Amino acid sequence: MATGTTPAAPPAPSPRDRGVRAPGRAAITAPHLRTDRWWLPPLVTALGLAAFVGYSTWRAFANADYYAAPYVSPFYSPCLAHNCVPMKGGADWALFGPWWGLSPALLVLIFPLGFRATCYYYRKAYYRGFYAAPPACAVAEPHAKYTGETRFPLILQNLHRYFFYIALLVAGILTYDTALGFRDTHGAWGHMGLGTLVLLANIALIWAYTLSCHSCRHIVGGRLRHFSRHPVRYRLWSWVGVLNRRHMLLAWSSLISVGIADLYVYLVASGAFDDPRFF
Amino acid sequence: MTSYEAHFKVWRGDAEGGDLRDYQVEVNDGEVVLDIVHRLQATQAPDLAVRWNCKAGKCGSCSAEVNGRPRLMCMTRMSVFTRDETVTVTPMRTFPVVRDLVTDVSLNYTKAREVPSFVPPEGVAPGEYRMAQVDVERSQEFRKCIECFLCQNTCHVVRDHDENKPAFSGPRFLMRIAELDMHPLDAAADHGLTRATSAQDDHGLGYCNITKCCTEVCPEQIKITDNALIPLKERAADRKYDPLVWLGSRIRRRGQ
Amino acid sequence: MTNVERHAYDVVVVGAGGAGLRAAIEARERGMRTAVICKSLFGKAHTVMAEGGIAASMGNVNPHDNWQVHFRDTMRGGKFLNYWRMAELHAKEAPDRVWELETWGALFDRTPDGKISQRNFGGHEYPRLAHVGDRTGLELIRTLQQKVVSLQQEDFAETGDYESRLKVLQECTVTRILKSGQEVAGVFGYVRESGRLFVIDAPAVVLATGGIGKSFKVTSNSWEYTGDGHALALLAGAPLINMEFIQFHPTGMVWPPSVKGILVTESVRGDGGVLRNSDGKRFMFDYIPDVFKEKYAQTEEEADGWYTDPEHHRRPPELLPRDEVARAINSEVKAGRGTPHGGVFLDVSTRLTPEEIKRRLPSMHHQFKELADVDITAEPMEVGPTCHYMMGGVDVAPDTAEARGVPGLYAAGEVAGGMHGSNRLGGNSLSDLLVFGRRAGLSAARYAAALDPAARPVADQAEIDAAAREALRPFNGPEQAASQDTPEGAAGGAQAPAENPYTVHQELQQVMNDLVGIIRRGPEMEQALERLASLRERAGRAVVEGHRQFNPGWHLAIDLRNMLLVSECVAKAALERTESRGGHTRDDYPEMDRTWRKVGLLCTLTGPGAQAGAGAGADADSAADARVSVERRPMDPIRADLLDLFERDELLKYLTDEELG
Repeated sequence: MATGTTPAAPPAPSPRDRGVRAPGRAAITAPHLRTDRWWLPPLVTALGLAAFVGYSTWRAFANADYYAAPYVSPFYSPCLAHNCVPMKGGADWALFGPWWGLSPALLVLIFPLGFRATCYYYRKAYYRGFYAAPPACAVAEPHAKYTGETRFPLILQNLHRYFFYIALLVAGILTYDTALGFRDTHGAWGHMGLGTLVLLANIALIWAYTLSCHSCRHIVGGRLRHFSRHPVRYRLWSWVGVLNRRHMLLAWSSLISVGIADLYVYLVASGAFDDPRFF
Repeated sequence: MTSYEAHFKVWRGDAEGGDLRDYQVEVNDGEVVLDIVHRLQATQAPDLAVRWNCKAGKCGSCSAEVNGRPRLMCMTRMSVFTRDETVTVTPMRTFPVVRDLVTDVSLNYTKAREVPSFVPPEGVAPGEYRMAQVDVERSQEFRKCIECFLCQNTCHVVRDHDENKPAFSGPRFLMRIAELDMHPLDAAADHGLTRATSAQDDHGLGYCNITKCCTEVCPEQIKITDNALIPLKERAADRKYDPLVWLGSRIRRRGQ
Repeated sequence: MTNVERHAYDVVVVGAGGAGLRAAIEARERGMRTAVICKSLFGKAHTVMAEGGIAASMGNVNPHDNWQVHFRDTMRGGKFLNYWRMAELHAKEAPDRVWELETWGALFDRTPDGKISQRNFGGHEYPRLAHVGDRTGLELIRTLQQKVVSLQQEDFAETGDYESRLKVLQECTVTRILKSGQEVAGVFGYVRESGRLFVIDAPAVVLATGGIGKSFKVTSNSWEYTGDGHALALLAGAPLINMEFIQFHPTGMVWPPSVKGILVTESVRGDGGVLRNSDGKRFMFDYIPDVFKEKYAQTEEEADGWYTDPEHHRRPPELLPRDEVARAINSEVKAGRGTPHGGVFLDVSTRLTPEEIKRRLPSMHHQFKELADVDITAEPMEVGPTCHYMMGGVDVAPDTAEARGVPGLYAAGEVAGGMHGSNRLGGNSLSDLLVFGRRAGLSAARYAAALDPAARPVADQAEIDAAAREALRPFNGPEQAASQDTPEGAAGGAQAPAENPYTVHQELQQVMNDLVGIIRRGPEMEQALERLASLRERAGRAVVEGHRQFNPGWHLAIDLRNMLLVSECVAKAALERTESRGGHTRDDYPEMDRTWRKVGLLCTLTGPGAQAGAGAGADADSAADARVSVERRPMDPIRADLLDLFERDELLKYLTDEELG
């Protein structure tokens, strides 16, 4: 054919020719052609998460300044070891005997940590921010191989729902802690200080984040095929859906609020600051 | 009506090679990138290959990458660029290129065939289907899909890893499985097909790491990740990672 | 001899929109090996653009609806020029075709009791349109596409090959129907991606190629609508009917240029949108024709009252029939009272709150915001008429969809004529695709099955060679065409210059828009015919650069032949019909004439190239030499029991006294 299109033999593939530079695809050498500041969101995410991890690691291992009656730091509640500071009426149950010499925070923090680590939003955040898989949309990732969540350990992300159940318990205990915040330093009820407001704001955000979870949305109604036969669960599903649309916002705001709540308790407990009492 | 000369870089070539060519081209008020490509065809490059049909964001033909971002050319207005900005237009970079801005998207049609079709319920005659609006709404969202394949193009699972193409159906077709799994009258389960587990076992749902680029590029604003892929992962988890269900199936197997 | 791929099927369907896919499904289900040829990718056909719904008298919303009412509405809409038998079949079978879609997985919007919801639309007496929001066409095409896939999965399970019985050829264009004697023998075409030429041998061919809008400058139609099927039928010797009737929708976007022609839904006016000219005047009050004087408001106060109290007020004149509004807008713009971009203002922001507009017209709000930077909750839209639908098409037998005069050729959907008469009702298009798509597929399958496999017609090699030369001619210089040289050369030292196909196309669109557009005048159409003749000659000299692989310039050069042929039919038929009716408005003959109702205008091809299928004498230049001729044909009298569905007073407006007896 004079104007024919018989293709020449394709060039031999080299190991470097992968992804967008794989043979057969449009020959463009740049790994991406984005001109916007695509690196900013993953960078901010990574810095934000790193800051929180740094702070919470320090506080979790500190094993000090986590109780300032009537407030307990959310990092240390429930407090399950023998070495816990006594908390009047608080959730300090010595399930672990004197043999546990480390910080009691380590016993409970793994649960909220697990909940957030397997959370569908945080997964996106750290896969993009730390693993660069991908760093941003249509920006080539650096890995030679990718199997996603098909294998151990990442296949364990499927256990998110169990962390959700535990997160409900933890949120319940933190609610109890918040209620205890309506006492004065001697345990008398009907009082309030700035710390009470801090704990209130935190627990509201913790609940909103927990209930906005994708697993929660599935469990309350998403798994149904016929909403019309389950009007109550349909309504619950719709409400959770409203929260779920703000899952990222709630993830960040509850992360910050829990850090602030701990910091507040730390500042009061370490004597850096006196809790202003309202009544 | 104001107009100006814009600087365009358009990828020209075929499977054997190609490069970004520079063009100076007139741009008028209110135009979109596809208009500029058409002007190039009519005035400077009559054989510039491009796919397009409706020019109204309804058919999903003119998918390409503009300044590195997967977009429909007909829905990318020139006013989003500054006048001195170079606008770079390339074909989608996940699919094999045919020529210029046209790629071979047959992978998507292959994947479409691998998703088992709707199974009509037995004993329900045409005209007797009864479905509540609230029950069809979830699947209706997914049926808004115009098959532009931008989600398939942007998904790093196949964009950056050719070797995953056989195992991974991609967001569009995982969403199709979700659509059928949520269809109020689909009778696949009666014929032994559990769509959610099949999504994980046969269509590579596990490759998805929910980084949401499919949702970001969807011109129909379908919440692919939140409403299709994550629910599908949860439905698969119901079946595969729920110890009670697992125990139940073990006991049943022993009883046989 | 030319290098041509060759395949064989029982039935070939040209076009993969609603009608084509429905025909292919039917042919495959009848056991025929079937090929579907799509001009674009599978699932991108123009059907996706349909918004409103599918008209079918299921009676889900109003139980009084039935096929007789639907039939009456259709005949009134078409000003009684419809093929009444098609309108009858259409009204009777539409509900079954819609219900069938549900068994293939379609998800329509629902009524509270779980049935398919139906909405009101212009010209339909009851709520009748099955719909999915404002994307019904997408649902239709996707459902049919998925049904095709489902059949392929069945074949895979049985034979190990998805395409053993039903093959979809994507991005292929048919340029000729091949014949053996008078009978269809197959199709000839090219593959867009590679530029390779192919022949499919098949005794039955279904045309389902859609419309002709791309012959006009301002149109709501897509790239593919170049009148391919109309031209293929003409070239194969099948006549076209009613080609003078083109529906112009009154409100298309006029700005920005990229979206000029895109539809602005009628619901904008239904929900209170008013039309104003550049003087700010609500001009529609000046355009109420005498026959409608009693039904429409004469003052703004009265019109405004209708929206809240329709019992005691007459309708605002913005809600006159589409043709009236389109003509009025056209006149205002021609009188110099148009907007800067050549339209008029359509304003809904003064009547509804922003919240209400976003709730009732979400897609319009989005469309203007995204594409025109216009916030319709605060500013007026600019709109003007846009070429929307071709009522005319291949003259088919109503029951079988077989093209008259060419055994083995079938047509369904917009490419078939007759069903809609002089004007189509909204919603009747999608149902038309399904009803007659199925019938065409069924008839084609029966025809192919009845033939002795050993005695199937086979296309003549000379005819294939001629078709190949014709397809490759744009790569030659204008002079080489005659010498039938290799397609290597470029425009040589010919006296006549080579033409750019894009330029010829733009001029064609301008000619049709200006001279055979919404308002027609005898002298202008004569001028148009002269211009068309010169354009046809220039199109013969169109030369393209580059090679055959995915070359849009080449594709356009080939499509030009079809657009020019169809345009000539439109202009000639429009010149012949000296009355105004539906989608045909003559400034020089403004009245509807009952005697013209009895007449259909048939376009046929005469001249040296007309019998391209006749044998070895076929020549690559045949299309350029052939001439369209128009003849009158009496319409079949309407069956008595169908006439009885109407009041005699109404029939008197349309039928002559002797017809009524």
